[in-house]
Parts: sequence; C-alpha cells; structure tokens
Amino acid sequence: MKKINRRTKVIIFTIMIGVIIIGAYIAGILIPDSGVAPDFSNTKLPPSFSHPFGTDWLGRDLFLRTLKGLSISLTIGIMASLISGAAAVLIGIAAAMGSRRIDGIINWFIDLVMGVPHTILIILISFACGRGMKGLLLGIAVTHWTGLARLIRGEVLQLRNQQYVAVSRKLGKSGSWILVHHLLPHLLPQFFVGLVLMFPHAILHEAAISFLGYGLPPEQPAIGIILSESMKYLSAGMWWLAVFPGALLVCIVLLVDRLGDNLRMIIDPYSAQE
Amino acid sequence: MQLEAIDVSFRYDKKSSWVLEHQNFKVERGECVGLFAPSGYGKSTLAKLLAGYLKPSSGQILLDGKPLPKKGICPVQLIYQHPEKAINPRWRLKKVLEESGSLQPDILHSFGIREEWLDRFPRELSGGELQRFCVARALMSGADFLICDEISTMLDVITQAQIWNKILDEAKKRNMGIVAVTHNKALADRICTKVYDLSR
Repeated sequence: MKKINRRTKVIIFTIMIGVIIIGAYIAGILIPDSGVAPDFSNTKLPPSFSHPFGTDWLGRDLFLRTLKGLSISLTIGIMASLISGAAAVLIGIAAAMGSRRIDGIINWFIDLVMGVPHTILIILISFACGRGMKGLLLGIAVTHWTGLARLIRGEVLQLRNQQYVAVSRKLGKSGSWILVHHLLPHLLPQFFVGLVLMFPHAILHEAAISFLGYGLPPEQPAIGIILSESMKYLSAGMWWLAVFPGALLVCIVLLVDRLGDNLRMIIDPYSAQE
Repeated sequence: MQLEAIDVSFRYDKKSSWVLEHQNFKVERGECVGLFAPSGYGKSTLAKLLAGYLKPSSGQILLDGKPLPKKGICPVQLIYQHPEKAINPRWRLKKVLEESGSLQPDILHSFGIREEWLDRFPRELSGGELQRFCVARALMSGADFLICDEISTMLDVITQAQIWNKILDEAKKRNMGIVAVTHNKALADRICTKVYDLSR
C-alpha cells in the first residue's frame, strides 16, 4: 500500500474535524429541547437502532444529548483557545520588544501561571465568576496562553536580531512597520499550530471542571456534566452512559491533536522534507 | 562631505576584551577606501560602527562633523557578506527592493537584474544574484556612503569583477564614498584609492 504523506494526512484530518465541528454545531442548533426531554416510558434502555447511544434514567436520548453537549464543549474550546492565543501573541511580542525589565516581569508572571496547576486555577476563577459559561471560558483562557506566549517571545527575539531587520531599520522603517511586515508573517504559522494544539487541552479542561462540578450548571448538557451524572448509574450496569460520550470526546481531542502535530511537522523546516 | 571614525574603541560588554582600540578612519565622498586586515582584526566591527549598526564604547563616528541620524533613511548603508541573511526569506524580491523606495530601472539594468527575478523568492536565486539585489537596494536608498563588508568573498571571479565595476561606476556617477572591507589584497589594490590596514 502506498504511504500517505503528511500533507494528505493534514488535509484528511482537517476535513474530518471540519465535518465534526460543523455537524455538532448544526446539531446543537437544530435539536429542539423536546428531543432531550425526559420520556419516562423509555428509561434505562441499552443502545438500539432507535436510540443508538441508549437512554438514561429519565428516558432522555443519550445520542442527541451527547451531540448537544459536544456543541457546547466545542464552542468553549474554540472561544477559549482564540482568546488565549490572542493574549499569547500580545504578551509574547510585548516581552520580546519591550525593555529588559518588562521582559523580566512577563517571564516571572508566565512562571507563576505555569507553576499553579491548571485545574486548581480554573476552579478558582470559575468559582469567582459564579460558575457558568463565562467563568469557565475565562478560567481556561487565563491558564492556557503561557506556552504559546513563551514560544512567540523566543521567536520574536530571534527575528529581531536578523540582519534583514537591522537593514530595514537603517532604511528608515519604524518599529511598527517592521513588526507588521517582517515579524508577524513569520509568527503566523507558529500561532496557528499553537492554537490548534491548545484546542484539545481547552475542551478536556472544560469537561474535567464540569465533571468535578465547578463548571457548567447541570441543566446544560455538556460532556463533563453527562459523564459526571453517569457515575451514579455505572454500578447499576448502565455502561453506555459513560462510554459513548467519553469515547466521542476522546476521538475529537485525538483528531485535533494529531492535526496540530502534523501541521507543526510540515511548518518546521527541519522535518518538512520527510 | 566625509565620514570619519575618531579615536574609536569597541567591546561587546564591559568584561570582554577590546575588539578595536583607538582607531581613526576617514573616507571622503568620491573616494574608495579599502579596509584590509586578516581575519579577526575587527574589520566587520568597524564597518558596523561606521554604518551605525553598533555604538562605539568610546570615540565618535561623525558624518560631516555630526553624529549619524537616528531616524529616517541612513545616508551610510552597509552591505553584508551573506546576502541570503540580509533578505527576508518570505518576501518576493520586488518587495525587497521596494523597501528602500521606488524601483529605479537604470540600477536594475546596470546590475543585470532580470525582470522575471522580481517575482521570485530569495531561495530561488543564487548567492551572486541575491548580492546584486542587496547592492541595488542600498543604492536605491540614495545613500552617500556605501560600506561593503566582504560583499564579493563568496562570489566567483567574474561576478566579483562585474559587481565591483558597477558599484564603482555608480559611485562615480553619484559622487559616493565607498569603504571596501576585504582580506583580498589584490582586490583592494585594484579598486581602492587608498588602503587602510587594521593590522598595522
């Protein structure tokens, strides 16, 4: 069999992720609340053709509930990684372009945020904001920018010392002109890869925090909530309550993670020739 | 109009040893001065000091008795030894040239820069071809002094001769001052009106 090269792999991953994300979004909008309403004549059914993921102890269809939950999880994942990514770029550039003092302060701050376990920080922030979507988004965004910010800082520091940047300065170009024309185009690929790799982290954290009960309220069927509720019924033999939503979440996370890794390999000049 | 270094000393930081100590150097407009020394004597450092890329630890670099301007297009332009490092690898060459102002067809023509090269990326041209772009870029900025830091070391002899002839032609036309940094004594004797030896 012919080996699939990395470029094709990236295209395949992108299409699969695109289909899943768009599918989950549309499903989340299209599925009416009545679709996930309790139906006490059909409680605790194992997976079948009419209920592919089975039903729970209130007779709610788990398939539709999982789809709806996925759409919430994806929204949080995308929003949080976008906010986090934007913050990382701004902070990374500020550290590299500013004075040594600013750089020192920002590095110290990055160490500080990295030093506190993510989960604890997210729980604290989410709690302080009164749980719900806002607190969770803020919590995930605040904890995930550090790695990318450090990467971008390093990149800018290296670019700043390039000869063509020095020449540009002597040709009378201003700092902001150099930033837009010389530096940002080099940062863009790093930024995208960082964003893609941040996304799976963000949804896993969202699920984890909701599972622990510090995230979304129970009436919002996020994956974390579904998993957390299913814990009580696992010992009653209702395995499908945890297996299907969990497996779907893991699949999406792995897909996006593979995409990010492959993208990184393609963009990195040292492995691009493989 | 003259560019001069007066009693210039330089070291990279306070603990390191001196790269240059109490050097004096002068170049007038219309002159071509060779800067000659074996490797490691601070030729490139002096070139960077003259062009304002580095600040001397003591002493002064003066253009017509005044320090080099800090803003705007610098009247002293430096051309590096490695053209591939002095050009942004993500830019098309047209953009590289336009960085120093509008394109001047006569300069492109005299350096043998072909029309179709302008749409290419730097990695699609050879070192000698790229070096012409670096020289053309420096000339198009309207510089009064050109500091050439071993610009022809990595080129073959024919290209070397071509590029130097064009530079000297342009310098004569515009009455520019040239500093040619080299460790090639024969080249220095051939193109320079006087040669300054750092090792002495």
